Amino acid sequence: MVLKGINLSARQGQVIAIMGSSGCGKTTLLKLISGALKPTQGVLRVAGEDLVGLDQAGVYRLRRRLGMLFQFGALFTDMTVFDNVAFPLREHTDLPPDMVRDMVLLKLEAVGLRGAAELYPSELSGGMARRVALARSVALDPGLILYDEPFAGLDPIALGVIGDLIRRLTDTLGLTSLVVTHDVQESLKIVDYVYFISEGVIVAEGRPDELRASEIPYVHQFVHGEAEGPVSYHYPAPSYQADLGMGHV
Amino acid sequence: MFDAITRTLRRLGSRTVNTLWRMGVATRFFGLTLLHSGTAFRRPQLILKEIFSTGVLSLIIIVVSGLFVGMVLGLQGYQTLQTYGSEEALGILVALSLVRELGPVVAALLFASRAGSAITAEIGLMKATEQLAAMEMMAVDPVARVVAPKFWGAVISMPLLAAMFSAMGIFGGYLVGVVLIGVDEGSFWSQMQAAVDVREDVMNGVIKSVVFGVAVTIIALFEGYDAPPTAEGVSRATTRTVVTSSLAILALDFVLTAIMFRGV
Repeated sequence: MVLKGINLSARQGQVIAIMGSSGCGKTTLLKLISGALKPTQGVLRVAGEDLVGLDQAGVYRLRRRLGMLFQFGALFTDMTVFDNVAFPLREHTDLPPDMVRDMVLLKLEAVGLRGAAELYPSELSGGMARRVALARSVALDPGLILYDEPFAGLDPIALGVIGDLIRRLTDTLGLTSLVVTHDVQESLKIVDYVYFISEGVIVAEGRPDELRASEIPYVHQFVHGEAEGPVSYHYPAPSYQADLGMGHV
Repeated sequence: MFDAITRTLRRLGSRTVNTLWRMGVATRFFGLTLLHSGTAFRRPQLILKEIFSTGVLSLIIIVVSGLFVGMVLGLQGYQTLQTYGSEEALGILVALSLVRELGPVVAALLFASRAGSAITAEIGLMKATEQLAAMEMMAVDPVARVVAPKFWGAVISMPLLAAMFSAMGIFGGYLVGVVLIGVDEGSFWSQMQAAVDVREDVMNGVIKSVVFGVAVTIIALFEGYDAPPTAEGVSRATTRTVVTSSLAILALDFVLTAIMFRGV
C-alpha cells in the first residue's frame, strides 16, 4: 500500500499543491483521482461523483470533465500543435470545423502560442510544449485540472510563465487546480493551499506563508532544501566500518 | 545433480507458463481490437491514413523485390525447363510459384520488417512518452483510436501488396524469359492463362496473404502495446516483432498449404 489515510479536499477556484519527496505517493494520488487506480478502501469523490463504484464508462464520462497536464506534456508527435489542441474537441464533440478552429485559436491565444499553431511538437521548446499541453487540457473546459510535476526541467523564465498560467487559468476559468510538485519556491508563489505528503500520509498542510514559517522538521527541511533532517541523505545500509571490514559492530 | 534437474525443470516450467500467459494476453488484445473497431469504421479517414503509412510507403520495397524475385525465377526456371525441352512452360512456373507461394510469403516477410517494425516502434514510443496515457486521460480509448485503425489499415494493405508483388514478379519473369532469352511470347502467356486457376491458385494466395496480414499486424501491435516504456524495451519489442512474425508466417504457410493443396 502506498497511501494510507489521506484526507484531502479541494474547493473550486483554488490552486492546491501536493508536495513531497520523490516516491512519496504523489503520482499514485493523481492516478486515484483520475480513476486509473481504484482505492482499496475509503471514499473518493471527484466533482460530486463517487469514483469507487464507477465502471469504465463512468470513469471515461468523468474524465471529460477533467484535464491533466503530464510531466513532459505528452503531446501527440504526429500532429501539429493545432491538431493536438483540437484532438479532444474532435473526439468528443460534433462541432463544425470552423468552430473547432475558433476554439483552438482561443485556447492557444490564452497560452500565447497562437503563432505556433502549425508547428510540430518536435519544433517546440520544453516550456512551449507544456503550454500547448495546457491548452489541450483546458480544451473541453474542465472543472478540475491535475498537473503532474508541471515545473520539472524548465528554465527559470519558462518556470515563471507556467506558474503564472496555472494561476491565471484557474482564476479566469473558475476551475480547480491540483498541482503535484516538488518545486517549493515556484509553487509557493502561486498556490492557495499546500499538502505535504511523506510515506503515504499527510504530514502538514496550510497556506504558503504558514508553511514557510513551519517548525515541523520535515516541512522545514523540504521548504529550505536541507540535505540533513528527518529525510536522511544516506540510503539505509549496514555500518560503513563493517562494510569496509574494519572491526565488528 | 538432483538440484540441477529441479532447477532446469523449474526454469522450463516457468518459461512455458510465461509463454502461455503472454499468448493469452495477446489473444485477449486481439479480441479487444476487434471489439473496439467501431470507431475506425465510422471514421474511415483514420484507416486510410494507416493504409498510406503501412501500404503505400511499403510499395517501393515490394515492387523492387517482386521484380527481382521474378527475374531470378525466370533465369533459374529457364535453365531447368530447357533441359526437358519445355521452356514454353516458363510462364506457368513463374506464375504458379508467385501466386501460390512466393507472392504472399515474401511480401509478408518484407511487410513484417518494413511495416510491422514501424508499427511496434511507433506504439512503443507513444507509450513511453505517455501519449497513450494522455489519450486515456482525455477519455479516448487508445485501442479504438490508435490500435484498431492501424490493424485494419495493415490488414487491408497486405493482400494488395502481395498481389502487387506477384504482378511485378510475373513481369520480371516475362522480362527475362521472353524479352531477354527469347521464349515464345504467345506460349508464355497462353500456357500461364490455361494453367493458373482463379479459385485454386489466385484465391488461395489471397487467403494466405490475408492470414499473414492479420498475424503480422496483431503481433506488431501487441509487441508495441506491451513494450516496457524504455529505449531498450522498445528496441527489444521491435526485434521480437520481426522475428516472431517471420516465424509465424513460415509456420502458417506450411499449415495453410497443407490444407489448401491436399488434392492437387
